[in-house]
Amino acid sequence: MGAAREPHIPDGQPTGQSFGAAAATRSNQPDSSKVPFVNQTREAPAWKKSVINLDSGFKGLMLVAALVVLGIVGLIVAELMQGSALAWQKFGIHFFFGSEWDPVSGGFGALPFIYGTVVSSLVALFIAVPLAVAVAVFVTEMCPKPLRRPISYATELLAAIPSVIYGLWAIFILVPILRVHVEPWLMKYFSWTGLFTGPAYGIGMLAAGVVLAIMIVPIISSITREVLAVVPQPQREAALALGATRWEMIRMAVLRNARAGIMGAVILGLGRALGETMAVTMVIGNSPSIAKSLLAPGYTMASVIANEFNEATSDLHRSALIEIGLALFIVTIIVNILAGLMVWTVTRGTPARTNA
Amino acid sequence: MATAVEVHDLKAWFGKTEALHGINMAVEAKHATAVIGPSGCGKSTFIRCLNRMHETNPEAKSEGTVRVGGVDVYEMPAVDVRRRVGMVFQKPNPFPTMTIYDNVAAGLKLNGTHNRKILDDIVEHSLQQAALWDEVKDILKKQSGASLSGGQQQRLCIARALAVSPEVMLMDEPASALDPISTAKIEDLIFELKQKLTIVIVTHNMQQASRVAEFTGFFLMGNLIEFDKTEKIFTNPSDKRTEDYITGRFG
Ligand SMILES: Nc1ncnc2c1ncn2[C@@H]1O[C@H](COP(=O)(O)OP(=O)(O)O)[C@@H](O)[C@H]1O
Ligand SMILES: [Mg+2]
Repeated sequence: MGAAREPHIPDGQPTGQSFGAAAATRSNQPDSSKVPFVNQTREAPAWKKSVINLDSGFKGLMLVAALVVLGIVGLIVAELMQGSALAWQKFGIHFFFGSEWDPVSGGFGALPFIYGTVVSSLVALFIAVPLAVAVAVFVTEMCPKPLRRPISYATELLAAIPSVIYGLWAIFILVPILRVHVEPWLMKYFSWTGLFTGPAYGIGMLAAGVVLAIMIVPIISSITREVLAVVPQPQREAALALGATRWEMIRMAVLRNARAGIMGAVILGLGRALGETMAVTMVIGNSPSIAKSLLAPGYTMASVIANEFNEATSDLHRSALIEIGLALFIVTIIVNILAGLMVWTVTRGTPARTNA
Repeated sequence: MATAVEVHDLKAWFGKTEALHGINMAVEAKHATAVIGPSGCGKSTFIRCLNRMHETNPEAKSEGTVRVGGVDVYEMPAVDVRRRVGMVFQKPNPFPTMTIYDNVAAGLKLNGTHNRKILDDIVEHSLQQAALWDEVKDILKKQSGASLSGGQQQRLCIARALAVSPEVMLMDEPASALDPISTAKIEDLIFELKQKLTIVIVTHNMQQASRVAEFTGFFLMGNLIEFDKTEKIFTNPSDKRTEDYITGRFG
């Protein structure tokens, strides 16, 4: 009867399928453990040795690959530093606080671009995070099983669309909608915040933020989904058994346990948003000004490099652009490492768990 | 003698598999009732039906009546049932992101109790009832629930369940993951607790059943084979299958 079938109890088999040879050694173990000590020689048999060699050879290969990648990163940094030396000598640290950008007279300050990158990314996070977390919660906690895969697949498909297509879509569809419907409404009800004033161009910081949001929803939501999935089932049961409703259970047992990982997902999304170039360049308006209103056009670090690098005639102009590139590079690397660490501490599965 | 939980013709399914085939049982108030039987016979499924945790599994289904304090649990909101019928699980599952204090207060906060003084009182009282207060009173708000030892974690889970003052406490092999000393503490605790509330405890360990419970039900393959005074079950069972089980002839 019921007792005969135990489908819910996993067998505790090792599931790592990494390497054909390694798997073979593993499946041999149960047999030899039945006859302990008898045919255990001090030296590994020949076939085992070759497996070990293969293994260490593979390790060496991975190490070389890792070193090559690190080397390339180092080279890029060195190259960018060399290229930006001229601007660094001329402006020093003030480069990052100056807001003048005049290639003709030779005055360069990166502040408007830094501001544009930061603000457009923050707008994107503001829109994308609730959406992405909601999608992840819906998929892992609420939606009927057969719908899970299709919905997650569809969200992830958004990540496969080329940036320039997002840009085109934004120009032809998003921007008119913003100009005609959304921005007048924002101006009417929220102009008191100071964030939504001035003429509604459609194009501007808000448009860039919205496009970026759509572009980073997939990554945030897929990582959040992963993080939610590793929250142990007994945590959910603990909350339910205390009389929590489903929503209270999600808050108390799921989101709370997953918060470090969700934070990591958000920061990873931020990393994406900071470096995104094409779609933003197409809708942000490309004007190096700092305006409080999100309806005003702006400019980002990535966009100014893309737009001006080919036409930069003076060495100083080119050097200034490279310095912006260097700053962007360093910031995105730091953000990504931070995010990676946060996600890793959660999904690797030790500290957030009970140690019973 | 009053009946705390009355189970009538209870059936439960996982998908198409019927795991319980019509259980009838009257659980005596303010006593401990043990549920024993071989692995997979439906002990967990049975007690999870008593507080409607069974139905939190999307595949699961149940039928029949369960009355707690005379009220059919299927006519109350599940959330209310679970406040009246608390549960402690096999593996301690404190909330790792919450302090010890917040773990105990979690259920109260769900009920909407936010008054500091009331929370403080109930948290202390619950921890005392769970015989954990002396060990944690200095680290209440400093350490996470997960920082405690396994046995302490389980007592923390008991305190957490006690904090919402349930009438019935379900315990699913609460000591099976613990060392002998922690197990003894939990058993002492059950002795204390049954002065005030009704306990249904699933156990693998027949000595444990005979130590803590006045009544024992023996389950086999989804049926309640025999339900009687613990003494009777262990010394003079009326069913051959019960006798085989307690004398260790199977399971
Ligand atoms: N989540 C589940 N999904 C499917 N079948 C289950 C599940 N949990 C338990 N069962 C089945 O229900 C029966 C009773 O299980 P359970 O109540 O856990 O037994 P016990 O607690 O006595 O060991 C078993 O046959 C088991 O295989
Ligand atoms: Mg069980």
